[in-house]
Amino acid sequence: MSVPKVGIIVFPGSNCDHDAYFAFKDIIGVDTKFLWHKEGDVGDRNIVILPGGFSYGDYLRSGAIARFSNIMQDVIRFAGNGGIVLGICNGFQILCETGLLPGALTRNRDLKFICKNVSLKVENNKSIFTYKYDIKENINIPIAHGEGNYYCDENTLTELISNNQVLFRYNDNPNGSIEDIAGIQNKKRNVLGMMPHPERASDIRLGNNDGLRLLQGIVESVI
Amino acid sequence: MAEPIVDFSLAQELGLNEEEYNRILEILGRVPTYTELGIFSVMWSEHCSYKNSILQIKTLPRSGGKLLVSAGDENAGLVDIGDGLAVAFKIESHNHPSAVEPYQGAATGVGGILRDIFTMGARPVASLNSLRFGRITSGNGENDKEKLTRSKYLFKNVVKGIGDYGNCFGVPTISGEIYFEDCYHDNPLVNAMAVGIVKHNQTASATAKGEGNPVFIVGSSTGKDGIHGATFASEEISEASESKRPSVQVGDPFTEKLLLEASLEVIRSGAIVGIQDMGAAGITCSSSEMSAKGKCGMKINLDLVPLRDKNMSAYEIMLSESQERMLLVAEKGKEQIVKDIFAKWDLNCVQVGEVIPEDRLIIHYKGKLEADVPADVLVLGGGAPVYKRETKKPEYLNDTMNFDPYSVKEPVRYTEAFKKIFTSPNIANKKWVYEQYDTEVRTNTLIMPGGDASVLRIKHTDKCLSMKTDCNGRYVYLNPYKGGMIAVCESARNVVCTGGKPLAITNCLNFGNPYNPEVYYQFAEAVRGIGDACRKLGTPVTGGNVSFYNQSKEYAVYPTPVIGMLGLIEDYKKIMTSYFKNDDDIIILLGKRCNNIGGSEYLKIINNKVAGDAPDINIDEEQRLQDLTLELIDKGLIKSAHDISDGGLAAALAECCVMNSNHIRGCKIGFEYKYRKDFELFGESQSRILISAKEDKVTVITEMAVKKNINAEVIGFVGGKCCIINDEISVPVSNLKSLYYETIENYMNE
Repeated sequence: MSVPKVGIIVFPGSNCDHDAYFAFKDIIGVDTKFLWHKEGDVGDRNIVILPGGFSYGDYLRSGAIARFSNIMQDVIRFAGNGGIVLGICNGFQILCETGLLPGALTRNRDLKFICKNVSLKVENNKSIFTYKYDIKENINIPIAHGEGNYYCDENTLTELISNNQVLFRYNDNPNGSIEDIAGIQNKKRNVLGMMPHPERASDIRLGNNDGLRLLQGIVESVI
Repeated sequence: MAEPIVDFSLAQELGLNEEEYNRILEILGRVPTYTELGIFSVMWSEHCSYKNSILQIKTLPRSGGKLLVSAGDENAGLVDIGDGLAVAFKIESHNHPSAVEPYQGAATGVGGILRDIFTMGARPVASLNSLRFGRITSGNGENDKEKLTRSKYLFKNVVKGIGDYGNCFGVPTISGEIYFEDCYHDNPLVNAMAVGIVKHNQTASATAKGEGNPVFIVGSSTGKDGIHGATFASEEISEASESKRPSVQVGDPFTEKLLLEASLEVIRSGAIVGIQDMGAAGITCSSSEMSAKGKCGMKINLDLVPLRDKNMSAYEIMLSESQERMLLVAEKGKEQIVKDIFAKWDLNCVQVGEVIPEDRLIIHYKGKLEADVPADVLVLGGGAPVYKRETKKPEYLNDTMNFDPYSVKEPVRYTEAFKKIFTSPNIANKKWVYEQYDTEVRTNTLIMPGGDASVLRIKHTDKCLSMKTDCNGRYVYLNPYKGGMIAVCESARNVVCTGGKPLAITNCLNFGNPYNPEVYYQFAEAVRGIGDACRKLGTPVTGGNVSFYNQSKEYAVYPTPVIGMLGLIEDYKKIMTSYFKNDDDIIILLGKRCNNIGGSEYLKIINNKVAGDAPDINIDEEQRLQDLTLELIDKGLIKSAHDISDGGLAAALAECCVMNSNHIRGCKIGFEYKYRKDFELFGESQSRILISAKEDKVTVITEMAVKKNINAEVIGFVGGKCCIINDEISVPVSNLKSLYYETIENYMNE
């Protein structure tokens, strides 16, 4: 049993870092701290969040530079030791670039940035990320991305599906993702990457808190 | 490269007239160097000097109310909202660059206005815009494919430019307005607004002070982009404009984000005296304005400026409008604090000079004195020229004012006419646009784009901000005074419909060539209308921007004074939305019936006419209506409130049915006509709001309305699967929904 300690990685171009901070710190009320990208390690944190944004501008390819940052070397080590990592939007892109998750996120099908609330289906609720949801439950979580079109080769896809690594699917695919995939976990089941933003759906005052159970779930899973 | 010989003809090429050139000779007592001539030409350009507009602008109420800083004193206005917090907000045009390079033009427009906000020490919390393009729909059988292609190209890329910049920067783009009209075909309007929040004791000033204090340039390196952008913005658009593409800057929102964080940190560090954004006229403008404000001067060595291109002349460095740069004056001895902060964010931070006590800008480059000019004579409020322009009532007003609305035939099939109006791109929902904007980042957005105004909460307080941009250029064209007034009133009404108390405005005045007395008449009259409305509603003008020369060879744009309104909601639990909530709720019209169709979308869409007088507005009644609505919302008596505007009563009712796409409702309306049916249904009389309420609240609402001397009529109820208006209009709401949400996308995919 341990005390949950959330670390939110801040790249210079992160812009959802404060949103994640607010969700963990103010809504859930857990010990939460920012981790600057130049720092060498995640310290005493036992949950690591890679927030949305444009890490290093992402003019080249989303997340392509972030994978070489100081802090990411330690995040890779942390994940390898079973530490919980949640990558949201740009965070998902970075996780794919580092190889912590398979596949890649490419330009949206319509080549446009899309920001809207979308309906997701919970495909697997036997994970530390989704155990508070019902299997096949439909939840609304907003998306906001230009490069969220998930792609992987056929073998990887077969593996993702047979290993129950697909946690969320879009009910009405907004970006062309293969097999409607919105979020996947790694084989060891301690790393989740997802394009939709659960932290944007965690405060009931904004009208929707379907994402809160995900965040609460990971916090409670370390207790 | 040898510099050109300075004489009057060169000055003329740079946009200066003979009188201005002679004044420069007089001020300096000699012929200016090429660099000095460049400095004078940009600083005295319309864009920087406001030389043809400032006399009118000064008639606006620019202080009082909740203003902490008077208009023009700083980069943006500052409004007190209580709890030790203030809001900085401003709107600015980027029309000319967007006409030749829409993506970068719009993107850098957003970047520029965001910098104006965070140089004040405020963190930007919202981005808004106001856009005008030529038609994207076919006219009456005209062969206008080329026109439509250009309009769509501009529209698409401007939206992408705004989106990409704001999305990467991390500010929600939450509100705006878009009109399509032929007069904007050559000159699209791209106005960007930003809103930021700052604690009272953490604001920064754009001033230079203290002999020997170091002057730093921070942020991006200086390149050859955007040279003479301000001068370009001060002339008419022509075929030659295409060659001005290099005058358009290139945006880098990632660097802007770094600059934001570093600037806020350095302001809070207490190590600086002043800071100013480098926008139009780059180093020239920031150094001269900061000096003039602090009643001092600066000595600058251009050899120290980080450059992108080694082969730049002093002239080019001084006039470059490379984006994402700031000039800051630090306190002597605290240089290292400043350097460390910018190093943390991996940004340039180089001392390029120092403050001197004399009123002079002394510029050296490669061992040569390139410029030595007084700072104060360069700037607005100092020695920059001020002109009183001639006005003449435009000829066309005789025709438009004499228009007889009864000469228009009543529609035979009302439902069909209604559908045409409802699917006008000016009225249809702009989802195609705002879904490309990140509207939710920073998790504060309570009312998304598409409603009357957008609403943001302020975390750790109960307060919310309500904001909207608004202007109906057609009204201003038909009656500049009334049109200016309506722009203020309608934006205030939009804010009121969300439960917000209007606090202050910023404005962006888009007009044609000020040397045309008819254009200047429009300008002066519109400003008078804005001033009168602002005084009455108690919403002072915090600042803004004037954009003249929105004109091509053949025609000017409609006079388009865009208003950015800011309102405050004290309790987030009391925000109001515009869509119908529950079946059986009663629908009430607040305000008078309409008996005219001047300037309406109906007249334009169905009869292809822009004529008549602008709709009626009575400012006293307007204020009573707004007070009443705020009281009804505060007391929890109503369930929805929606401003009646473009498309009139019929469009407003239909919007209430489908405004929330997840919660569509029908309505059944029945009232006896007092005037002609089409006038009542489609006329755009001002000072009207549609509300809905539970039946048991109707009596008290009506009583309150009587007390305020506002007409309140029950006109129908919510319910059913159709929007039914008397015997004239009946449309299934599912059909309304697709008309409303799919129209723009369909046109864009055509």
